[in-house]
Amino acid sequence: MKQASLFASPNWTVTSITSYLRELFESDELLRNVWVKGEISNLSRPRSGHIYFTLKDSGAAMRAVMWRSSVARLNLDLRDGMEIEVHGYISIYDVSGQYQLYADQIRPVGEGALYQEYLRLKALLEAEGLFDPDAKRPIPNLPKKIGIVTSATGAAIRDMLNTLQRRMPLAEVIIAPTMVQGDAAPPKIVAAMENLLRVAPDLDLLLLGRGGGSIEDLWAFNDERVVRAVAAYPVPVISGVGHETDFTLTDFAADLRAATPTAAAEQATPITIAELSGANNHYTEKLREQMSAILDAAFVNLDDFSQRLGYVSPLRQVQRDAQTLDGLNQRLNRGQTHHLGMLREKLFGLGSRLDALNPAKVLARGYAIVTRHSDGKVVSAADDVQPDELIHIRVKDGEIDAKTI
Amino acid sequence: MKKIEELTYEEAFAELEAVVGTLENEEKTLEESLALFERGQVLSKYCSRLLENAELRVKQLVDGDLDE
Repeated sequence: MKQASLFASPNWTVTSITSYLRELFESDELLRNVWVKGEISNLSRPRSGHIYFTLKDSGAAMRAVMWRSSVARLNLDLRDGMEIEVHGYISIYDVSGQYQLYADQIRPVGEGALYQEYLRLKALLEAEGLFDPDAKRPIPNLPKKIGIVTSATGAAIRDMLNTLQRRMPLAEVIIAPTMVQGDAAPPKIVAAMENLLRVAPDLDLLLLGRGGGSIEDLWAFNDERVVRAVAAYPVPVISGVGHETDFTLTDFAADLRAATPTAAAEQATPITIAELSGANNHYTEKLREQMSAILDAAFVNLDDFSQRLGYVSPLRQVQRDAQTLDGLNQRLNRGQTHHLGMLREKLFGLGSRLDALNPAKVLARGYAIVTRHSDGKVVSAADDVQPDELIHIRVKDGEIDAKTI
Repeated sequence: MKKIEELTYEEAFAELEAVVGTLENEEKTLEESLALFERGQVLSKYCSRLLENAELRVKQLVDGDLDE
């Protein structure tokens, strides 16, 4: 055995030897990727957001730390005394010289077995074709009746109803409340799905929802009974279980997988009421345009026809006839005037002839009319009077009473 | 023709679409066109009313049965 020389100068500082050891730890394949099982003690959560604790079992203890970035992904409420499995790497904290476990994942003890079961079941159901992408059914554009299977309390149902109300309030929603976590949950979920179909055989779509939680909380949606019921459901199923990063077997079996309950409700309503409203306005506008085009065409037609009608109109015949009548009238008038003139002339001729016969005129020429006084008879012959008879003699300017001798 | 109030939104809208299509593509008498137009207007108003008054109808199962 080599004897250390008391007088040799030191070739390490504490820092350099610690660095050396740290590099030794960190270059070890085994220590870079470990799952360590133990119980939490001395749990500390300072404001920095990192978590410090001691992981121990009956034989040993080691320090452990989880940085804030990994804590953010932690789905587990850590408590002292909790049995956990920690994943990470082992290295040395220079400042204290302590080796420790740098954790990036923590799960409850037994979850590893759970995960193995998950993988086994997934492979089995996949082989049976339950997750077959070709068997996925399309989501109806305008589902009238939407079923929801979820917990009656909690954010999931509220989020889904709000989203449905906002996007498609024409729909009818039937909620089949159920417990969604715990050992009793799977048969209850299946029963809720069946009840829904019984009361609403005309269901268009089923939403399966559950808000985020630890992988244990979501476990009911990895249950074979639930997964099979989803795959066999007669109407399309949208699953909205957990968060973006959580994939359950139900998600694989569903016709559509949504990241969250809200996203599930969005995907359940491909067409929104705003789009319906737009389409309705569009067709209403088209209806008006088309009608006015038809009316315009009809008016143009009508104008055309009235013109053509004008040519063949009885009115024109009547007008023509009226003109003829006017002409006839004129001619008639003219004829009549002529006729009257002739009559007048004739009359005038007769008048002068009559005038010529006027006895007064005869008297004017110096003739006289003699009448008998006794009976007024005109004396036209000598025998008409006796001697000593009273007579009247009418001359041009008066009468003379006389007596024959 | 069904009574307006008995139509679902989809039925009413589909009929409105059909009415517009008929007016656009088929020769009809003016009287028929006017009748179609009036029907279309009624349908359009009915659709608007349904959309404006739409309120999500929510029912819940209690013990596996509808809670009426």
